[in-house]
Amino acid sequence: MFILNAMKFAWSPETLLPSLLLTLKGMIGIFAVILVIWVFVAILNKVTGKKEK
Amino acid sequence: MEQFVELFSNVANFTWQQLLMIAIGAALIYLAIKKEMEPTLLLPMGFGAILVNLPFVNTEAIETLFNAGIATELFPLLLFIGIGAMIDFGPLLSNPKMFLFGAAAQFGIFFTFIMARLIGFTLQDAGSIAIIGAADGPTSIYLANYFKSNYQGPIMVAAYSYMALVPIIQPPVIKLLTSKKERCIRMPYSPGAVSGTTRVLFPIFVTVVSGTIAPKSAELIGFLMFGNLIRECGVLGSLSETAQKSLANLVTLLLGISVAFKMKAELFITAETLAIIALGLVAFIFDTAGGVLFAKFLNLFLKNKINPMIGAAGISAFPMASRVVHKLGQQEDNQNFLLMHAAGANVSGQIASVIAGGLMITLIEAML
Repeated sequence: MFILNAMKFAWSPETLLPSLLLTLKGMIGIFAVILVIWVFVAILNKVTGKKEK
Repeated sequence: MEQFVELFSNVANFTWQQLLMIAIGAALIYLAIKKEMEPTLLLPMGFGAILVNLPFVNTEAIETLFNAGIATELFPLLLFIGIGAMIDFGPLLSNPKMFLFGAAAQFGIFFTFIMARLIGFTLQDAGSIAIIGAADGPTSIYLANYFKSNYQGPIMVAAYSYMALVPIIQPPVIKLLTSKKERCIRMPYSPGAVSGTTRVLFPIFVTVVSGTIAPKSAELIGFLMFGNLIRECGVLGSLSETAQKSLANLVTLLLGISVAFKMKAELFITAETLAIIALGLVAFIFDTAGGVLFAKFLNLFLKNKINPMIGAAGISAFPMASRVVHKLGQQEDNQNFLLMHAAGANVSGQIASVIAGGLMITLIEAML
């Protein structure tokens, strides 16, 4: 706490809950986008892979 | 004689803060040349830091460059065209489950956001600082500038310095979280064939999906994927080469010295800078931990186990992270070849970090 005061920072525990919520939304968002891309690539690999054979 | 003395009168105008910044600039140049740490950026930044901290120096030209290239977000976006043209997504497209590790290894960004908020940074500054964990310089610059953060200088220095320090930061974290047995897990590499159609449609699809779900990331991901489309389309070889070499080099050259505009002593020598440097390290550590722990979690359900070190390659620092993982694997078992798996996770991290940046903007704006 002393260090925080010396650095002119304010310990702000009230930010924890909204920050956790943002983290949850952010990680879900990233996984959602990545999963959609994964599924698309998997389908594309299957479809175009067959064509090339 | 008096006139001669007058020539040197400006020496007395140096403040200790300016001298410290000049020492920091010299240290950056030393690291760039002697240690080859991100020399393309640390050297111009170091030189710029020396230049802007001379007493009564005229920095109009650097300010103009900053306003033209960074305040407008042009430099990071143009650099992304070059980076996109350099990246071969082949290892990822042939082994698409590696996509997951790119997502998991963004955890450090959000963990750092929580920490930054807890010690009192504003939402915008916390978001800008957290994105150091994207391990992706242009994204860090883009966000810090988007949020008009007062800490653009320290954020950019931290982002590029830690990227160069990946080979030092990651191994202890990986070793701490994995057993020797886990690090020895072999993963045979049997990639599926990737068609030209997949390679061409991939950048277009990623742009559409990412831009739709996280519109704020559309520009960043769009420029990255545009560069990749030029590379993969097969009819723009000359443009691809220009993007990879001339464009990337030119922008990098100007980017480093433009960033130095925010490295003036009065903006940089603050307690907050120390906190930002520390938070940047936290971001990289928890990115690595997020990726490794996610791989261990997946292993609970998988018959063919994944070497959990692959998770650490999910951070965007390309290609350092994949090399670190491969090297660690070889240290434990010299017949273990993890490079291609790690490269897949690594390029996935490149995409995921940009998506994380876009989501961070969207989520923070919703809270304002």
